[in-house]
Amino acid sequence: MLYTFDGTFDGLLSCVFDAFARKEDVTEVLRTWDEIPLFCLDAMRHVDTELAHARRVWLKLEKCMSRTVLNSLVKSFLYAPVEVSFYSTLFRFICRAMVSEIRIEGDFGDADVLAVLNNSRKVSYEASRMRQFVRFQKAVNGTYFAMIEPLYDVLPLAIGHFVDRFADSRFIIYDRIRDYGFFYDGKESHRIVLSSDAPHMVTGNLDETIADADEAMFKKLWRTYFNATAIPERTNPRKQRQDMPHRFWKYLTEVNGV
Amino acid sequence: MTESTLNKLKILAEAARYDVSCSSSGTVRNNKDKGIGNTVGGIGVCHSFAADGRCISLLKVMMSNVCLYDCAYCISRRSNDIPRATLTVKELVNLTIEFYRRNYIEGLFLSSAIVKNPDFTMECMVQVAKELREVHRFNGYIHLKGIPGASLELINLAGRYADRMSVNVEIPKQKSLQYLAPEKNHKNIYEPMKYINTAVLENREDRRSLLHVPRFIPAGQSTQMIVGASDDTDHDILTLSSSLYRAKSMRRVYYSGYVSVNTYDSRLPALKQPPLVRENRLYQADWLMRFYQFRADELVDPKNPNLDLDVDPKIGWALRHPEFFPIDVNKAPYEMLLRVPGIGVKSANLIVNARRYRALGSDHLKKIGVVLKRAQYFIVCRELPSAVIGDLSPEYVKLRLMLPSGPSRRTVDRYPSLF
Ligand code: SF4
Repeated sequence: MLYTFDGTFDGLLSCVFDAFARKEDVTEVLRTWDEIPLFCLDAMRHVDTELAHARRVWLKLEKCMSRTVLNSLVKSFLYAPVEVSFYSTLFRFICRAMVSEIRIEGDFGDADVLAVLNNSRKVSYEASRMRQFVRFQKAVNGTYFAMIEPLYDVLPLAIGHFVDRFADSRFIIYDRIRDYGFFYDGKESHRIVLSSDAPHMVTGNLDETIADADEAMFKKLWRTYFNATAIPERTNPRKQRQDMPHRFWKYLTEVNGV
Repeated sequence: MTESTLNKLKILAEAARYDVSCSSSGTVRNNKDKGIGNTVGGIGVCHSFAADGRCISLLKVMMSNVCLYDCAYCISRRSNDIPRATLTVKELVNLTIEFYRRNYIEGLFLSSAIVKNPDFTMECMVQVAKELREVHRFNGYIHLKGIPGASLELINLAGRYADRMSVNVEIPKQKSLQYLAPEKNHKNIYEPMKYINTAVLENREDRRSLLHVPRFIPAGQSTQMIVGASDDTDHDILTLSSSLYRAKSMRRVYYSGYVSVNTYDSRLPALKQPPLVRENRLYQADWLMRFYQFRADELVDPKNPNLDLDVDPKIGWALRHPEFFPIDVNKAPYEMLLRVPGIGVKSANLIVNARRYRALGSDHLKKIGVVLKRAQYFIVCRELPSAVIGDLSPEYVKLRLMLPSGPSRRTVDRYPSLF
């Protein structure tokens, strides 16, 4: 049996609920719009997301795994869009956790358990890279603006850090790939979607008409510092690229040259 | 902020870059009362990586490079004819805040040359930290260099604002230090270190029993030794590190491969390249002492005073101790797993968990992250053992381990970024 669902976490939990309730042998779980594997002869069924079902599965999961593992589970779910077969892995992992008499979370000899752990690490790592590589520019109205393009949808995981850190200011962090962002207004943060025709929505760079008067100077100071702090005798571009992959450079003030 | 600040920043960042410490780790402080900044714990945050591959976490800058002293290994020494500059308190505070707001940095790492005298220098530095904390309510990270010879009252004042302080040893042996930096002495270095240690521990005690005692240098202290400017051996260096780590407040000892900045001074070796491999081996050894329960005398001793440059010190130890191996990954205690080349802290943890469910074979180990290429000579697992170090000879294993293994995969144990 192949299930399709709406791509939400509750949807996946609803699939688990259905599989148990209907005693169906589910071999694969995909989002409605994912490509059905070639030569797939299994019957297919779409599972509607039922919050009540999802909740019951979740409550049961809270009993069969530790908080840390629940966290990894949720985080690793954010990884799945880049490797859709991972939805089936998550599905198997959850089902096994629910029926197993012992806790399965330390069973790293099992490929599914290990994959959940490893993929949750990838997601956490990407979220921590937001903390590292977000670069704000100050706009005329005093709001700070940053554009990002993370591999996974990690902005919700990272935003709390910025809200705590810059509690006394107003800022926007915008995910260009998923086309939404958060605006923190000095009190709370709101999810926003910005119209995409302004030039800075393409380049991520505030031009002089909307940037604060001092912005260009601070960019220059930062670039000067960035270049001065490197020891020429130790130049090591390989290590630089390894720790700061090229895909981030576009929005990094110190290296993007805009 | 003007072009003149820009020039000063360039000069003083270039002067500060030979101090390798940049870490922003060790303090957890949430933002208070809607001020600016917080400090995240754990390993700190690297915001960028410079062209030399080193992490940029803090705005690392000297307050001034106008120096009274003449240390042979230092670019800012009095007798060098170089551009000199001093940043004002206001400039430093402004730069820190504005950089921080743009998420360029985690905070400030301020050091300085000795201007006028140690007390005057330390006082100006404290002023910067004080303004950041009290005027701007800045909760980000502040690392202040303790100026050797400054009064202990000033060190104490600095400690109220700083997350971390460091006094650099620079040269491990007193005799070598006297030779290269005649105006300095170990007493002026160890005295503030000891003072900081006592004060930090007292503060921790007080905070446990009394309410509202402000924190004192919550992220402890660090120090740095220059490698390759004097003839001190790895044995001298690591023995000193290990005794420094005995002070509870000592979090990190940094090793800085000497960059030949003053080639004209005949007291110094003329190095074409800084000794990067040796520096890396020292970091690895340091890492083994802090997280793998190795003692300094297991890594170097008077008979082998220097680390083997060819192999990782963990492999070096394993090769000198074939009698310890092979160990059975399905049974050996955690501490023994840690001694196996190719098994790190992470994989050792996964192994002790996973083996409760099933006997692990080499396939499992590989997926868990064990580097079998190296571990294979030192372990047995579910399958029949392959040839292990006892059957082969240590010399042979060493040769095998040194063979290049393709361009992309790293062949050394994964030590996290070293700065
Ligand atoms: S005291 Fe010595 S090491 Fe420090 S800046 Fe002056 S010359 Fe350099």
